Parts: sequence; C-alpha cells; structure tokens
Amino acid sequence: MQKTYYDPADLKKFGKISEWNEELGAKFFDYYGKVFEEGALTEREKSLIALAVSHTIQCPYCIDAYTGDGLQRGITKEEMMEALHVAAAIRGGASLVHGVQMMNKVNKLDM
Amino acid sequence: MIKSLHKRESELANSKRQLEILSNGIFQKGALPTFKEQLSKSNQFPVKAKKLEILQINVGYMCNQTCSHCHVDAGPDRKEIMTRETMQHILEIIKQTSAHTLDLTGGAPEMNPNFRWFVQEASKIGIKDFIVRSNLTIITANKKYHDLPEFFKKHHIHVVSSMPHWTKGKTDKQRGNGAFDASITALKMLNAIGYGMPDSNLRLDLVYNPTGAFLPGNQSSLEKDFKKALKEDFNLQFNKLFAITNLPVSRFLDYLMASDNYEDYMYALVEAYNPAAVANVMCTNTLSVSWDGYLYDCDFNQMLGLPVNSKAKHISEYNEDLLEGRDIVVSQHCYGCTAGAGSSCQGSVAL
Repeated sequence: MQKTYYDPADLKKFGKISEWNEELGAKFFDYYGKVFEEGALTEREKSLIALAVSHTIQCPYCIDAYTGDGLQRGITKEEMMEALHVAAAIRGGASLVHGVQMMNKVNKLDM
Repeated sequence: MIKSLHKRESELANSKRQLEILSNGIFQKGALPTFKEQLSKSNQFPVKAKKLEILQINVGYMCNQTCSHCHVDAGPDRKEIMTRETMQHILEIIKQTSAHTLDLTGGAPEMNPNFRWFVQEASKIGIKDFIVRSNLTIITANKKYHDLPEFFKKHHIHVVSSMPHWTKGKTDKQRGNGAFDASITALKMLNAIGYGMPDSNLRLDLVYNPTGAFLPGNQSSLEKDFKKALKEDFNLQFNKLFAITNLPVSRFLDYLMASDNYEDYMYALVEAYNPAAVANVMCTNTLSVSWDGYLYDCDFNQMLGLPVNSKAKHISEYNEDLLEGRDIVVSQHCYGCTAGAGSSCQGSVAL
C-alpha cells in the first residue's frame, strides 16, 4: 500500500488524467496552455501568480512545478518570496476581515 | 576561491570515472534509455558530422575563476596551455578550412601568453566570424588586461561572454564573489567602445547558464528580461543571449552528485529529449581542438576524453574530407544538447 497520499512522481503523470475522459481532459489542457501564454500579462508574471496561488491552495504538485518554472525563467528567490507574502497576506487578511462580522455580532448582543 | 577538481584530486577529475557514472546506475538498470538507444528509437543513430562550419579552439584550461558549473574544471591552478607551436599549426589549418567561424575558448583564453599573437595572426586570414569567449572578469582582473576591449575591437572580434543572471546574488553564487560587479564594469567598457550597441557592427553576445539543477527557460524570453534589467539597472546593451543547458560533466556533475540532484536532473534531460534538436546539434558542424592539438566532436567530449571517431585524431593529421561524415561519439551527457529547444555554444538550436 502507498504510504503517503502524495508522490512527486505523480506530477509527471498529470497528462494521464485525459485517459479516462479524453474530451474534457483535452479541453482542460488546451485551456491551461492558453491561460499561461503571454497576453496582457507576461508569462513571467503569470508564473509568479501561479506560484502564489499554489501556496494558497497548498498544492504540493503546483509548488514543485511553479518553483521549477520560476527558476527556469530567471525569477529570483526574492521575487518568489514576495509573491508568497502576497498570498499569505490575502489569506491572513481573509481570516481577519471576518473579524468585522464578529465585532458586529458582539456589538449587537453585548451590553 | 574554490580549487579545481584536479587540484583537489577528486575522483571526478578523471574522465573515465565521469563516463562510468554517466553509463551506470539509472542507465545500466534500464530506468532511462541510453542516448544511443534514444537516437535509435527515432532512427537518428549514428549522428553524422556534416560540412565543417565552426572550428573551436580551446587554448588552455587556465582561468581566473572557478565557476561552480564549469565543464572544463578550469581555474587558476590548471596548467594546460596551448603552445605557440600548436597555434602555428592551427593557423595553417585555418588557412585551408572551409569553416566560416573561429571560436576561441578556455579557461580564460586571454590568459594564454600567446593569445594576442594568435589573434593577430588568425585575424589576418580573414575568417568571417572570429569569436573569443571572454568571461568578462578577466578584463578587470589585472592592469595588463584592461586594454582587451580595444584589442578585441582592433581585430574585429565577436565577443561572447558568460552572464548567468542580471542580479548580483545569482551571478556571484555561480561565478564567485565579485564576479557580477567585475562583469558589469567590463560590459560598460565594451559598450563604451561600441560593443553591443545598436548601430555598431561590434558584436557582444551573452551566454546564460542556469544557476542550479534546472534547465534553461525560453531563450527569447530570457533575452528580453536580461535586456530590460541590464538597460534599466546599468544602462548596458548587448546583441543576443544564448541560453545554454548545463551538461553533467566535470564540476557540474560534481555539483549534481553532491547535492543529490543527479538522477532527477538526468530524468529531466531525458524527458525533455527533442528529436528535432538532434538535426542541429553543434557537433554536426563543429570541431573542437584541445590545448594539445587533439580533435573532438565538441568541448564536452574533449573534457570526457572522447576523441573523434576518425583516422585524423590530431591537428598534425588534419583532413576535412576524412572528418566529414564521421560518426559522432555520444554518451549520456549528450542529452544536455537535445533537451527542449536544444543547446549549443550558439544557444538554442530548435527554436
């Protein structure tokens, strides 16, 4: 039995997802490829966004993939870490902003 | 500054040991196909040499730097230097060659005591593209090298220089402390006399090697980022960027082994194998000459002690008819030149 839920080798098998549903798999990977092409944002900027989102959703495959992608693009560790702090700030902020709801409730109920 | 593998008497200073590593393990067990097997799958074995276009001369392994990725294992402690006698012999070959490009490399070629004499003599022959691979830092290393930019200009040398990143941290990590600042100073000196400038015919190209166990990204995207950053930060300009894959040879192989990255790196190279890149690999139109006059398919084979598969093995036996059509000598390091967009001393080959 596999001892862990995640195996780094599985990342390389991502494309096999299409084997069980070729049509949807193909549509997904076409879309995915198109999303990361240079547009109003550069491929480099998109790579940094992907890295930050990878940490927000805590996807080990994505972190692995977009750290490597960033290195290949010449993205520095300082840029990567700044992107992560943006993710962390939004994630932390998302918890904290709900504090307003808590404050509203306390203010309403408490004497 | 770190010492060369030779000076440290590392087992990887021995080319036979390097070839053992590249042939055993994952390749022996069949986990990955050997390069020969991979070529055979796409009916591309053996790779044949075409008409010679580039004559690459390694004038010695001595260098003022010991870069962590150097496949030559060059450094200040290396004493292998091409003699004037060998250079004289090569000049005779340049006169008769069909090659349009002469490419001087090292070590730091400028440290060969006969470098300037050789450049002066070779430039009289009138080869179309005369390249010197300058590490940039040599220009500022000692007063006696400060006039190199003027010397290059006088002989209309095409300067190709290493620059792994546009930031100090990444550059110094690969090339040693102070390498970035010295390189920027040298680039300013080259720009000041016209090298790399838009309206000038003095060419200055940069070579990018990844600063770790990963493959280079897209060459044109990297070139755009390099140009933007060097212009904005230092008002520097250059012509083209060549993105070159690090091959698992010598100090880069040592780094891969020591950092436990060897197998993953070889998997990455094999997965990125691109049959389309095979058609234009540099060994098909290049001949590499070592400091002692022996002939190799490329500088990497030179460092691995894999001589050309031809009756003409030394410049004293030089014969382009004999060399054309020879079978290229391959091993697993060749995956480095066929990964993704391919890699050569002139950058990507399958854009």
